[in-house]
Amino acid sequence: MSLIEILEGPLWKASATIFVVFAAFRLMMILFTGRRHARARPAGSPAAGALRAILGHFLPWRALLKNGKAWFVILAGYAFHVGLFVLLLFAAPHVEFIREKIVGLPWEPIPRWGFIVAAQFSFAGLIALWVRRFVDPVVRLISRPDDHIAAGLTFAVMLSGCMALGEQSTFLRGLHLGLVELWLVYFPFSSLMHTFTWPFSRGFTGAMAGRRGTRA
Amino acid sequence: MTHDTSFPKHRSFDKHRSLPDEVRLENAMAGFVAEFGPAAQTWMNACVRCGLCAEACHFHLATGDAKYIPIHKIKPFEDAYSLTHGPFSWLNGLLGRKPKLTIEELGEWEELIYDSCNMCGRCTLACPMGIDIAELVKEARRGMYAAGLLPDRLARIVGNAEKQHSPFGTPEDFRRTIRKIEKEYGVSLPLDREKADVLMTLTPEELENRHLGVAGMARVLHHLGLDWTLCSDAFEATNFGYLSGNMELQGELTVRLIDKARQIGARMLIVPECGHAWGATRWEAAKWYGEPVNDIEVRHIVEVLADAVEEGRLKCRPVGESVTFHDPCQQIRRGGLEEKPRILMRALGMELREMDPHGTEGFCCGGGGGVLANDRAAPLRLKAFEIKKRAVEATGADRFVTSCNICEMTLERDITATGFEKPIESLIDLIGTHMITDQPPLKAPGRRTARKPAERKPAGRKASARKKG
Ligand code: SF4
Ligand code: SF4
Repeated sequence: MSLIEILEGPLWKASATIFVVFAAFRLMMILFTGRRHARARPAGSPAAGALRAILGHFLPWRALLKNGKAWFVILAGYAFHVGLFVLLLFAAPHVEFIREKIVGLPWEPIPRWGFIVAAQFSFAGLIALWVRRFVDPVVRLISRPDDHIAAGLTFAVMLSGCMALGEQSTFLRGLHLGLVELWLVYFPFSSLMHTFTWPFSRGFTGAMAGRRGTRA
Repeated sequence: MTHDTSFPKHRSFDKHRSLPDEVRLENAMAGFVAEFGPAAQTWMNACVRCGLCAEACHFHLATGDAKYIPIHKIKPFEDAYSLTHGPFSWLNGLLGRKPKLTIEELGEWEELIYDSCNMCGRCTLACPMGIDIAELVKEARRGMYAAGLLPDRLARIVGNAEKQHSPFGTPEDFRRTIRKIEKEYGVSLPLDREKADVLMTLTPEELENRHLGVAGMARVLHHLGLDWTLCSDAFEATNFGYLSGNMELQGELTVRLIDKARQIGARMLIVPECGHAWGATRWEAAKWYGEPVNDIEVRHIVEVLADAVEEGRLKCRPVGESVTFHDPCQQIRRGGLEEKPRILMRALGMELREMDPHGTEGFCCGGGGGVLANDRAAPLRLKAFEIKKRAVEATGADRFVTSCNICEMTLERDITATGFEKPIESLIDLIGTHMITDQPPLKAPGRRTARKPAERKPAGRKASARKKG
């Protein structure tokens, strides 16, 4: 079996399994263990509060609308995340891969120019946020090794993906696949888990506020 | 219905710092996670280190110091949590890895957890992940308390609350003070009635320095025709268990009020002008009973008065000046009462000039969450006051009022220390002095025992009158 076959076959399966099993396990531990407290008689709707917080936090908090740092984080954050999801779900090789390996359903890729725009947004966002970790004293103080590893791995995955786009080099394709597999294995044990925890985090806070008749 | 104030089972609070450091550290971590449920666990696993919470915290904004970033305030607990409850906890357990933290290092965090956090929840609203940092700081205080790490003055107040019923004093001190207020102001304060519809509670500040406020509040309750009483064995509304991280005390203080209300057959328990008392009693009491407290309506005095205004049972003579309102965090942002004080200001015929920001976005007074009681935090608090001062000044309002006496005390001290020209006044006192009623007027006291905000002439009013004139 060639290296690329190993990467595409057993290693892919193993890393995908680790990702699914451990991410699900971690999420279950977070959501289904610990104390459960009785809550006060509600003054408002916890469900409406949760929904409001889940959706509302997609926008910057009103009190920070005049805050340049907040806009920087929000714009860079959106550029990175939207770009990344477009690449992940609609880049032609990914569509091919998804069709083959995962869903087996028709899936339309974006044109090449769309890929380039998405990649530029995504890189710009990621680099801006990552550089900020080094230069802004606030973010520098709170950044953990994990935040740098997660950013670095994601960057490497994206870069190798762009390099492998033409699919003319088996080496580049193998490199990209190998990095993706590493990223998948790292994911459940890292801050990348925020991909799954965000709606719950917002939702719990929003539900508490909703119960109290206020907003979060 | 049973209550359980003994949970969670902390090992003993190291009052005399007598336990070995290792045990204190273990207690700290056990205290931190003792109350964790899905919400706290999710918050601990959602932070992306974006730093936006820093943009919301008055202590960071006032000083520019990175250490005051909200999420940084719980760092030692976060590190230990990821070791013991994080994704590799099983491996750490197998390898016997423990947090590297020392008790001295944890002690250094005391300032961040107690002096520079009001648990005001402003950062919670700024966080894109919706992490409730205020709640996590509360859990961190439980850890600190379990390790015997508590600012000295706060520890003394907690000790008084434990030993003598209230930081104010014993039930006997309370009875004496109530009788004294009755005499001073010629008002009746029902005390220790065996049956009543409403159990009224008070704060140490009211009992020590705000006798006029207590008398005014009693007059309002009489005017509303409520069948109420104060109880000398359940009078204390503030909850220094909640503020210090002493869970057992928190539970005992809350249960004491609810149980007493049940004992006298009350249907309502009124929380006075205090923010955290509202949080501890209205929003956390259910925790101690294992179910919502549905038979007793816990209501804030602001709510009671605002509802009476809306139902036409309470009318006031107009004050007729412009006013700006300081929103107490635990009543407004964390308490759901945003509209109530505004109803009262309208009832007083005041022109409300809102601060920027205000309501759920407003800045904390800087004294909440036990910070006021912790005197070593005063210099930092004064820096944070500059933000509030600028916001008040920008409104150009004649008067500056609030509805929490912890906020009022904090702002009053800051105003005195900085020479700011606008005094802070109590909204409830304004209602008390401007209410239209058949109740006999309050007797003018022989000597000044209480501040009389509604009677004094704020310098700011003079200034604005000059401007207008
Ligand atoms: S704003 Fe929220 S996600 Fe960002 S650093 Fe603060 S706590 Fe973490
Ligand atoms: S709760 Fe308030 S005081 Fe505490 S960190 Fe957040 S904004 Fe600052």
